[in-house]
Amino acid sequence: MPQGLLERGQPLLELRGVEKHFGPVRALSGIDLTITAGEVTALCGDNGAGKSVTIKTISGIHGPDAGQILWRGRPVAINTPRDSAALGIATVYQDLALCDNLDIVQNMFLGRERTKVRTLDEAPMEMAARKTLADLNVTTVRSIRQPVSSLSGGQRQSVAVARAVLWNSQLMILDEPTAALGVAQTSMVLQLVRRLAEQGYGVMLVSHNLNDVFEVADRVAVLRLGRLVAQGPVTDYDRQSVVELMTTGTVASRGGYGVPAVGGPEEN
Amino acid sequence: MRPNPSIAPDRTAGGVGGVETLDADAASDIALTTSPEVVAATLGDVVRGWWVRVRSGESGVLPVLGGLVAIVVIFQVSNSLFLSAGNIVNLLIQAVVFMMFSVGEVFVLLLGEIDLSVVYVSGIGAGLTAALVAPPFNLTWWLAILAGLAGTTIVGFIQGTLITRLGLPSFIVTLGGFIGWEGVMLWMFDHLQIATGGVIEISNNILNDLVNGTLTPAASWIVMIVAVGLFAGLNVFRDANRKSRGLVAPPWGLTGLKIAAVAVAGVALVLICDVNRGSHGGHVTGVPWAIPIVLVVVALATFVLGRTRFGRYIYAIGGNAEAARRAGINLTWIRTAAFAITGLMAGVGGIMYLSWLGSISTGIDSNYVLYSVAAAVIGGTSLFGGRGKPVHAVLGSLVIAAIANGLGLLGMGAAATDMVTALVLVSAVTVDSVARRGSAVRGAARR
Repeated sequence: MPQGLLERGQPLLELRGVEKHFGPVRALSGIDLTITAGEVTALCGDNGAGKSVTIKTISGIHGPDAGQILWRGRPVAINTPRDSAALGIATVYQDLALCDNLDIVQNMFLGRERTKVRTLDEAPMEMAARKTLADLNVTTVRSIRQPVSSLSGGQRQSVAVARAVLWNSQLMILDEPTAALGVAQTSMVLQLVRRLAEQGYGVMLVSHNLNDVFEVADRVAVLRLGRLVAQGPVTDYDRQSVVELMTTGTVASRGGYGVPAVGGPEEN
Repeated sequence: MRPNPSIAPDRTAGGVGGVETLDADAASDIALTTSPEVVAATLGDVVRGWWVRVRSGESGVLPVLGGLVAIVVIFQVSNSLFLSAGNIVNLLIQAVVFMMFSVGEVFVLLLGEIDLSVVYVSGIGAGLTAALVAPPFNLTWWLAILAGLAGTTIVGFIQGTLITRLGLPSFIVTLGGFIGWEGVMLWMFDHLQIATGGVIEISNNILNDLVNGTLTPAASWIVMIVAVGLFAGLNVFRDANRKSRGLVAPPWGLTGLKIAAVAVAGVALVLICDVNRGSHGGHVTGVPWAIPIVLVVVALATFVLGRTRFGRYIYAIGGNAEAARRAGINLTWIRTAAFAITGLMAGVGGIMYLSWLGSISTGIDSNYVLYSVAAAVIGGTSLFGGRGKPVHAVLGSLVIAAIANGLGLLGMGAAATDMVTALVLVSAVTVDSVARRGSAVRGAARR
């Protein structure tokens, strides 16, 4: 296990009563969300439920208006992307932010190149990149010196994730990582997500593809209209209940799930 | 307990399974998208991968090399003087100014920008240098050169600052520069005592020799052997080092071929330059100073772009500026510095121009700027950023100089030169665009 990571199941990031307003619009209200180390937490919600705002709050693109954020149990202020990156939070957005014309090693070290006498020191970078990819079991790329433009969608996603691992991140936020991928590519990325969690990283998987969620997630959190309506172990839910939570905020049709509703179903 | 997801390893859609599962299709797919040196284990692999790429239109410097050979053959058939020693040296000298401007242009083209002002910026630099070595200033030649280069670098820096800080399009800012710096140059030449009728003659032997002076044959051989030895040593050292650490390295056969090609070119160049090319009974031999100067400048530019963070960031910004920004790269600084370097190279080109002609005049040929952009593009630099190397600018400059030189030998004038250059430029961009479309289609299919 990489050094400095928490034990599996320990709370890595906690949001407590986090609020976010845009003028009169309440984008997030009273979000209490826990993301644990060594597990995959899936954040589900329909369009406009507040998934993006949640990600952006955690990654420092806009700071919260109220509430508290705890990182490894300590209260922290995340007001800029730099703050979040310094803590060890990496967000892999859909557009991946890779340079197509650079190769895998160059992309993984972009902005943090190692130098010797002001000259790029390629050998240690290539070895570190290769080791990181091997640790993540990303073995399908033929050469780590091939340009990213020659990679498949799943491989590009792998490179983006490996880059976050290389930069000592502890929490990976993956925003709809499989949205643009075919079946085989999707399974490759989900495999990578599992491996991240097994290595002790915290993973927040933002997705409205419930197949993905039930394939890899350990925990589920459901957002609806800016409120967190449920969170807990994935074994407490099934597809039907998550869909109902996403659409109505409650599991009225089928009782007996013991859904630990957070924020509570206040409507209906 | 959560059931363990059963996920088959991806060996299909990516097409890039483990090495042992590669079939012929997958192998050619890789060859299409990856530089053959990267994945090849033997020289045979390199040749095969290279051939697949050529057939698919991704051929790197191949079109320009092929074009150059075709142009040389056509002109040699039409006029056997074309490949005479004297004319080859002449052609190289004619290409020098293009090369310097064009190498500078590569720095901004890589960012997806352009600099249209280089000709008059270079005129200002050359004028400054020429005036400073003359009375009343009487500066040493190298101080005068430094001052001229500093002037053009500052001009590039100013333009770069306007472009990056204010977010103005480089096309417009440098078009303004093209007009405005000509004005400054006219004003300068009006007010300098040394300038007569808008012309400053060189009054310093060393400045004159930068292009026109020659190394002695012995010195030519020594310089050539040292240069080839350095090239060979650096390549062998790097590849051996990488191989010993198990890193990606080209096969020895390829390294050997490269070194052999450079050595052959070096020997041929010195042999050609050692033939007496003096006319009317005069005796001129030896390599012109301009050639080692160009080699050093191009090597420096290649080093900066290929081996420093600054160069890496230029490629990154040209490839995906947003990704570069998120990686914490200071886009403003890098972009501004690239324009300053283009200004610096304009100065170098201007001083070579000054040395070549023995004088600098306000009537400097403004076509140079467009030819220098054309040279970079003909050589394989993309106008859309992210793709290109200084060596592309050198090859493209040779093509442009060869056209002008060859048509001149055939007694055709500027009209023919312009038309043929235009055709070559458009064909080069067509090749680039077709290759680009091909790889975009393949990329989309792969995703």
